[in-house]
Amino acid sequence: MCIAIPGKVLSLEGNKAKVDFSGNTVTVNTGLVDPRPGQYVLVHAGCAIEVMEKEKAEELLDIFADLEELR
Amino acid sequence: MKITMAHGGGGKDSADLMKNIFGKHFGNEILDKMEDAALVDPSLFCNTKKEGMGKIACSTDSFVVTPLEFPGGDIGKLCVCGTLNDLLMMGAQPLYITCGFIMEEGLETDLLERIVLSMAETAKEAGVKIIAGDTKVIEGSGGLYINTTGIGHVPSGREIGAANCKKGDKILLSGTLGEHHSCILSARMEIENGIRSDCAFLSDVANALLDADINVRTMRDVTRGGLATVLNEIAESSSCEMVIREKDIPLSAEVKGLTDILGLDPMYMANEGKMIAVIPEKEAERALASVKKTAHGKEAVIIGEVSESLPGSAADTAARVTLITPLGGTRVLDMLYGEGLPRIC
Amino acid sequence: MDTAAVIENLKNYDGPELKLMEVCGTHTASIFKSGIRSMISPAIKLISGPGCPVCVTPAAYIDKCAGYAMKKDHILLTFGDMMKVPGTDGSLSDLKGRGASAELMYSPFEAVERAAAHPETMFVVAAVGFETTAPAYALAIEDAKVRGIKNLKFVTALKTVIPALSLICENQPDIDGFICPGHVSVIIGIRPYERLAAKYKKPFVIAGFEAEHILAVIYDIVRQTKKGEARAKNLYGNAVREQGNIKALDIIKKHFEEGPAMWRGLGIIDRSGLYLKNEGYFDGGSRGLDADIKLPGECRCKDVIVGRINPDECPMFSKGCRPDAPWGPCMVSGEGACGIWYRNRKA
Repeated sequence: MCIAIPGKVLSLEGNKAKVDFSGNTVTVNTGLVDPRPGQYVLVHAGCAIEVMEKEKAEELLDIFADLEELR
Repeated sequence: MKITMAHGGGGKDSADLMKNIFGKHFGNEILDKMEDAALVDPSLFCNTKKEGMGKIACSTDSFVVTPLEFPGGDIGKLCVCGTLNDLLMMGAQPLYITCGFIMEEGLETDLLERIVLSMAETAKEAGVKIIAGDTKVIEGSGGLYINTTGIGHVPSGREIGAANCKKGDKILLSGTLGEHHSCILSARMEIENGIRSDCAFLSDVANALLDADINVRTMRDVTRGGLATVLNEIAESSSCEMVIREKDIPLSAEVKGLTDILGLDPMYMANEGKMIAVIPEKEAERALASVKKTAHGKEAVIIGEVSESLPGSAADTAARVTLITPLGGTRVLDMLYGEGLPRIC
Repeated sequence: MDTAAVIENLKNYDGPELKLMEVCGTHTASIFKSGIRSMISPAIKLISGPGCPVCVTPAAYIDKCAGYAMKKDHILLTFGDMMKVPGTDGSLSDLKGRGASAELMYSPFEAVERAAAHPETMFVVAAVGFETTAPAYALAIEDAKVRGIKNLKFVTALKTVIPALSLICENQPDIDGFICPGHVSVIIGIRPYERLAAKYKKPFVIAGFEAEHILAVIYDIVRQTKKGEARAKNLYGNAVREQGNIKALDIIKKHFEEGPAMWRGLGIIDRSGLYLKNEGYFDGGSRGLDADIKLPGECRCKDVIVGRINPDECPMFSKGCRPDAPWGPCMVSGEGACGIWYRNRKA
């Protein structure tokens, strides 16, 4: 029910951040998170809702590596 | 029933309106083909039918975009390229164009002149003369709407049309999706990016195919309603089914980023400088090589093929275009419904 | 395991038929976008749940929003999904043709900026969503307060997912596992699912929104049911912390109070609605707005929303009810199960 996508924090100013999504820059509210420039944040409805720990590719590899065998 | 924005979206609502009101009353054997341009037999104007006269192509389009100027172009360049491309898609050489301006009170004349200059330059580059025009002023707040009608010539023997596609034919796409639509949305929503409209006259791509003697089945520019709508329209005209592969569809990172933010699907977004061509299987590689040498076709790619020809015309609810997803799943690509509002949830 | 192996396993699954509910409308959309159903065994049935805030909103709420949109010097701001949903007298989109001022917004912060720029107009926000969006509305209100903006109102129809999940577990014991909403979980964490898993003895696994995320979760649920396990797991650890987002949970507690809410198809569920505390920006929201439009007798919207049937089992599907002529919001909303199924029929 909630589209949210990860973007890279470019700069911070007060309770806002400039976040980059593959070349698109959007100003986002950071009231719910404490990011540093260079980190990725998950953005929903103009609001950063969490700081992402890993790059997506790495994350997916880890998820699959942790899956236990079916048998 | 009242007209809604969905009727202008280029998808199913637009198509229904065409059929139920315009087609119903205007219908004739030329208009009913519903191609990008109408083809007229010029021997009507002669006493004797001459062999080799070809056909006159005629197309009209109206342009209501805002903002009037945007990265990569303006309404002037757009209204010339858009109509000339419609002629090109029928295999016509564009020759003449007319233009009608509806100007709202308050429009700055400096802006108007920039747009008119843009139209003049675009027409000149295309080798086309502007031969008639009209202006009107209405109450408003500085808006501008332009209609252009183009006339061209299809050489004798060239039969390009949406009903021609056959099983095995390949589908060629001239480049990346979504630039024009993304550019306009970004301007309206104040999202900063470097996306420029891809507004362009596509004669280099079209001629790369026609001059190389490729037996092009049909060509269409990818405008309102997006690639999905265009493919569905062709599939319906040809009574066929198509399969295309998502991993082969070129999309720039910036456009993808924007569609992710806004929850849009690039398959339904408008371009103004991209086209598809349906090519017989044996000629596809040669066609691709030829197109890739052109300025507007250097990122061209074969995205799929006509998978099945259906006898007669299939039911309205049959889905004609299937997309193979990057992981190998399949999904149906229908026509656009509604206006494609960006989602949040 | 890698993606190919997981897909292979799911395609060749030959165990008993399993019913997995994907609760979140965004998951419904992702599943179709990636063609996941075409990649897995037909014995693994994915059914759509009520996680589409627009789909579960009764017509009375649309009517209230429409009332504001028709008022002089008022502009209603809403997310795109809400524009097409039928109210008693038509959708917001229909009413625009009759003089209603309803416009799209992309974030509640935009509403604050517009209110600041146009003090002569009252901006009314149709504030729908789940726990993911509630904190954004709260932050927007804090911003408005600090700036002394008064020409702003939030008509909320916010809901929380867990009470609805509980009700589904009570009434539909035939569901074998739940694919849990990734972004709601960013806010609420994993604890609520642990309680549900313990009580109802079913797997609850949190999924992200890429095809790979969803496939991994389907795989894990299939594996758990095979082993007779019933655990809550987080397979979206990159975004979901075990405890959720504490700041977000605090801000929700600060500005909202729980109350009963009407879910189309499920009825009134206690403590499943979030209502703004009265700080001058609230007008009661959807409290008490339970009335709905009269749907035709054959419409099975309320069964589709809880996954009792698939959209194509409703007699009106694609016959009387289509995206261009919808009855229930399931067909209209970008995340409604019926609309998505219709656009993807055949896949």
